[in-house]
Amino acid sequence: MATQAMFRIWRGDASGGEFRDYTTPVEEGMVVLDAVHRVQARLAPDMAVRWNCKAGKCGSCSAEINGMPKLMCMTRLSDLNLDMPVVIEPMHAFPPIRDLVTDVSWNFRVKKSIKKFRPRAPDAEDGSWRMQQADVERVQEFRKCIECFLCQDVCHVLREHHKHEEFIGPRFLVYAAALEMHPLDIEDRVTDLKNKHNIGYCNITTCCRQVCPEFITITENAIIPLKERVVDRFFDPLKQLLHIL
Amino acid sequence: MAEYRSYPYDVLVIGAGGAGLRAAIEAASTGLKVGVVCKSLLGKAHTVMAEGGVAAALANVDDRDNWRVHFADTMRGGQYLNNSRMAELHAKEAPDRVRELESWGALFDRTKDGRILQRNFGGHRYPRLAHVGDRTGLEMIRTLQDHGIHSGMEVHMECTVLSLLLDSGRVSGAFGYDREKGHFMLWPAKAVVLATGGIGRAFKITSNSWEYTGDGDALAYRAGAELLDMEFVQFHPTGMVWPISVRGILVTEGVRGEGGVLRNSEGKRFMFDDIPDNYKEQTADTEDEGWRYTIGDKNARRPPELLTRDHVARCINREVKAGRGSPHGGVYLDIAWIKQHIKNAPEHIKRKLPSMYHQFKELAGIDITKEPMEVGPTTHYMMGGIRVDGDSQMSTVPGLFAAGEVAAGLHGANRLGGNSLSDLIVFGQRAGHFAAEFAKHNDAIAIDAEQVQSAAAASITPFERGPAGENPYQIQYDLQDSMQDLVGIVRTEDEMQRALGVIDELRTRAARVGIAGNRQYNNGWHTAMDLDNMLLVSEAITRAALLRKESRGAQFREDFPDKDPEWGKYNIVVLRGAGGEMRVEKREIQPMSAELKGIIEEMK
Repeated sequence: MATQAMFRIWRGDASGGEFRDYTTPVEEGMVVLDAVHRVQARLAPDMAVRWNCKAGKCGSCSAEINGMPKLMCMTRLSDLNLDMPVVIEPMHAFPPIRDLVTDVSWNFRVKKSIKKFRPRAPDAEDGSWRMQQADVERVQEFRKCIECFLCQDVCHVLREHHKHEEFIGPRFLVYAAALEMHPLDIEDRVTDLKNKHNIGYCNITTCCRQVCPEFITITENAIIPLKERVVDRFFDPLKQLLHIL
Repeated sequence: MAEYRSYPYDVLVIGAGGAGLRAAIEAASTGLKVGVVCKSLLGKAHTVMAEGGVAAALANVDDRDNWRVHFADTMRGGQYLNNSRMAELHAKEAPDRVRELESWGALFDRTKDGRILQRNFGGHRYPRLAHVGDRTGLEMIRTLQDHGIHSGMEVHMECTVLSLLLDSGRVSGAFGYDREKGHFMLWPAKAVVLATGGIGRAFKITSNSWEYTGDGDALAYRAGAELLDMEFVQFHPTGMVWPISVRGILVTEGVRGEGGVLRNSEGKRFMFDDIPDNYKEQTADTEDEGWRYTIGDKNARRPPELLTRDHVARCINREVKAGRGSPHGGVYLDIAWIKQHIKNAPEHIKRKLPSMYHQFKELAGIDITKEPMEVGPTTHYMMGGIRVDGDSQMSTVPGLFAAGEVAAGLHGANRLGGNSLSDLIVFGQRAGHFAAEFAKHNDAIAIDAEQVQSAAAASITPFERGPAGENPYQIQYDLQDSMQDLVGIVRTEDEMQRALGVIDELRTRAARVGIAGNRQYNNGWHTAMDLDNMLLVSEAITRAALLRKESRGAQFREDFPDKDPEWGKYNIVVLRGAGGEMRVEKREIQPMSAELKGIIEEMK
């Protein structure tokens, strides 16, 4: 492994910015976030970086590394070509705050707009429920989400078409799926998914699934079943016929 | 005059991990106006890192379990320095708090008959940890977050609190800044709950995230509150040791709960060599018995890998020092070996320990279903913290409450795995409830403009010195090196005296810290603001550890290697003296009720 590597990091804020090059020593086993920390500690103390657990569990250090949306803490330098500068940019789908930090507050507002969990009455007198592991596992996949928002970052409806006010994006379709498929939940979000959250904008390009650091099968396991529920309710010709009759 | 925005609340919660969110939900449920301030984005707090599970005597897997056994286990693990009232409340209330999470949408792993599944963990007599694979903390924080956002609380994300404000000795709010823009913020409040977590960032090798800089301890201490048990820092026995950049990242105790064993370089299961007397009756004699325990044989006893964390960490340390360590200075933790007993072992491991599989695969290039992991001790948890009333969680400052890791008492000299997640929800709920009561029954308070202005002025002096001043990151690294080397897992008088000297020097340097750029999302400035807190808790840890001249629980003194029954009668309290100096005092342990004494005797 090279002993020095160059990192081309975007520096700037909402008014604009530029890439700057930093060269720093690197060692075996380092991840991109380690290198960014070295740059920060020695060469650019005021550089803005959002991070937290440094173990792939909190989803704070999302960025675009050589054009690929990644967690900086889970991207090993040994997987990158260090003969070239490693290009690190903030996520593109969200407004820049400073350097590698973006304003992701929109995501938190979106979540609030989705109807909350509503359980059926408890199964047992002590107020608890009975559920089978097999039924729980389907939803546990969605609940692995660490809210890194990389799926939102690559979703073209958000990234290219800026439909943030109309479309909730893959993260919150997964969130809605986790609620809709929760064995205890009795709330109904299907109408909202169609009319308010505009699930129809998703045309299943699977970009979101490909970047998920938790390997959640976003499109096949979450979005498509939700689309089926919407279709079932609103576009099934037989049902519409019955409705008219 | 610094300008600031003001957000008044009835109850202000500082910290949005498990304890903070649970407190805020409770306070908001009373209809009061509740604000939450956190250093990170919502849902990123260190609770997400908790892996193995939440301890609660639900008795779903072993019907011999009940609150009395859980209480006795917690006290034994804490070497009887615990606040027994807290240990009692914790054991009694944890099952309800866990069931409540389920009613808010948490999805724990299930037993065959559809109830919440529980797993084995160190120091717990019966399988007691409700869990979701090895990402239980994420499940908990997400459940609290998703429930909490609909409860009426207002959340101020990415804000740092610089100081607590006082009005005639009573807490009156907090002052700080938002990290994104650098604007000053004032949060007047009738009651304040501190839920800021631990202090792990004072050490070099730690499983803790950057946030764990001892803010709550320091804020409370400066406001006049007492700190307790500061000498007890838990070194978790199994952190990653390689690659260097991930050194310290946690490897859940759940690996051992699922049958993982510790071996030295000679392939020997060294934990069988050293079993403390008070655990001999509960610990397996043979490898075969240990395995039978793992798979649920009720007549078998725990394997020695599931002894308490303090002990396992010291045994690993001993093996490494004796030259029987692994290539990168740890020992081997092997879960792959269970294939001798279980069909489909790789699938089983991946299902039970998905994050561990992922973590080693991605960060170390190791497949834990095939190869052993290299592990060693890592700074993990602070048993000490703010001294609180066992029932209400109020500190010695009126209106100031604390819950979770930042509060002391429940865990005594050593915490059992799984007891922190239950701590968060049991005492988070209590702190929220009693803070709301306090806010209801006490009048509004006045904000002292002078306190606000002086905090603001002090915080911006690093910009006046500019880049020519001391580098804040370097001071932090130097402190971490010293605490790791001098006040770590093995302690001596000489080394700790040296540590006090280093802390003094670093404090002088921290006073000259300089920052380039402006206040907008400036990590250098944020680090500079953390330094005072880290130095304060480091000093408190060191002074308390110096005073306790014995080895007990997490504190191991090479110069006083034995437990001293006399010291078993005291906690150590740290508080600010009248002249601003740090005072360290022995304080007799709070007396225990006859009922609780009886339980301990019965289960000895």
